[in-house]
Amino acid sequence: MKKNLLTKMGTLVISGALIASSLAGCGAKADSSDSASAETTITEEETATADAAEETSEATEDATEDTAKVYRTLDEIKESGTINIGVFSDKSPFGYVDENGEYAGYDVYFAEKIGEDLGVDINYVSTEAANRIEYLQTGKVDIILANFTVTEERAQEVDFALPYMNVALGVVSPSDKVVESLDDVTADDQIIVISGTTAETYLEKNYPDIKLQKYDAYAEAKTAFENGNGVAWANDNTEVIAFSLENEGYTVGIPSLGDADTIAPAVTKGNETLLTWLNDEIETIGNDNFFHKDYEATLLDTYGADYENTLVVEGGKAE
Amino acid sequence: MQSLGIDVLFKGTNMIRLLKGLWVSVEISLISVAISIVLGLIVGVLMTAKNRIIRLFFRVYLEIVRIMPQMVLLFIVYFGTTRVFGMNISAELSAIIVFVFWGTAEMGDLVRGSIKSIPRIQYDSAYALGMDKFQVHFFIIFPQTIRRLIPLSINLVTRMVKTTSLVMMIGIVEVLKVAQQIIEANRKASPNAAFGIFAVVFLLYFLVCWPISRFAVKLEKRWA
Repeated sequence: MKKNLLTKMGTLVISGALIASSLAGCGAKADSSDSASAETTITEEETATADAAEETSEATEDATEDTAKVYRTLDEIKESGTINIGVFSDKSPFGYVDENGEYAGYDVYFAEKIGEDLGVDINYVSTEAANRIEYLQTGKVDIILANFTVTEERAQEVDFALPYMNVALGVVSPSDKVVESLDDVTADDQIIVISGTTAETYLEKNYPDIKLQKYDAYAEAKTAFENGNGVAWANDNTEVIAFSLENEGYTVGIPSLGDADTIAPAVTKGNETLLTWLNDEIETIGNDNFFHKDYEATLLDTYGADYENTLVVEGGKAE
Repeated sequence: MQSLGIDVLFKGTNMIRLLKGLWVSVEISLISVAISIVLGLIVGVLMTAKNRIIRLFFRVYLEIVRIMPQMVLLFIVYFGTTRVFGMNISAELSAIIVFVFWGTAEMGDLVRGSIKSIPRIQYDSAYALGMDKFQVHFFIIFPQTIRRLIPLSINLVTRMVKTTSLVMMIGIVEVLKVAQQIIEANRKASPNAAFGIFAVVFLLYFLVCWPISRFAVKLEKRWA
């Protein structure tokens, strides 16, 4: 990735020239009525620049070769000696960068294992929630390991491997009056939710009689809950568990509610070899409880030992 | 200062990472700015051309840049080129291409505006003194245009420096992203670190942009 400044500058000058030439080409195109001849001019200019710069010519070669298959197969990854894995760099404790600049977290612990078992180096790519699918579809990363929840819509765009973690909804309430079942909630009680979350959708659909108090932001919902505005707070179970552990006097009465979703690695659609290898890997390392070790190394501090079996999926077998 | 969480910056290599992130932002923006200014001067002159088709072409170019959010442009250049042409442009180069594409259009428009703002009488007087077309443009119009351009282009340059924070969307880890990483990694130990760290980021951006505007003031005075 890191090229020295001179090469960068060189590429820039060339790209600048390219832009300028294509601009000039387009200007010519606008002038002449025969657009085909203008296009030829552009190609000629590009070829001329390509002679001068190796990089540009490589790009053109890639363009002709890789139109059909964007991903790299297992053998191609092994041959290159490096695997590109997309992870979050700011979602502690799943994927983050520690104070020494090293990637760490539950997802990264697994990524390290993948790199070790494949016998290749890992190039971590910092991804955002919004560009994870894009990265896979363009083959810019081989695997996404960024707390990627399996949904039907996403499964049409990318291929998910076996899951390695559960996510569900959870309900937290004050320890002196724990809500252990949503059937106990009376007509006078209100439950706090954050607008737009799965908790809101789920409760509205399945418990239409329960009154909801909706807040726009996490901080508002938290303050309202701490002030006793509602009997309980429903959110992603990882969030409510973390809340109950960080704040005294609150208990997660319902640690897992509703449709249990899973989190799984994803690869580019159609990358069979890598997908098969990943599934085998997840099953194999499940035999010596790899993900429990992962949990103990990375998530124990945040979620405590009580939720280990609620959150971890071992060997790809979700309940 | 404990409560502001600035102490978090002194843990491990955090401060060095933040400065490296700043360098990434500065590198991308300065390279883009340099190219944009050169291309912008050319485009600006072309925007004042007599030929209507050339003018229309640059008008459309400028409108595209104005309408398209930079984020969309980044996605088009970084992911789109791979999707459509199978080309793999590095994230840094994609960022520079987008910023140059944007900067050139806006710079061009500023140049166009500055040229247009030179009163007609300047041309007429110069011709009356017997200067030829080249002399009029090079010795009379050009210097006046440049002087008018300085404050306008400094706005654009500082805006470009700040907009580099968008490049995190194509996986480049720049100063703001490093700040977010540091805040998140210390969410439990110091939950208030966000304020202190963003304050430091603000200061860093200021340290980059301030010398640029000082330099501009100096130039303005010298050329006045």
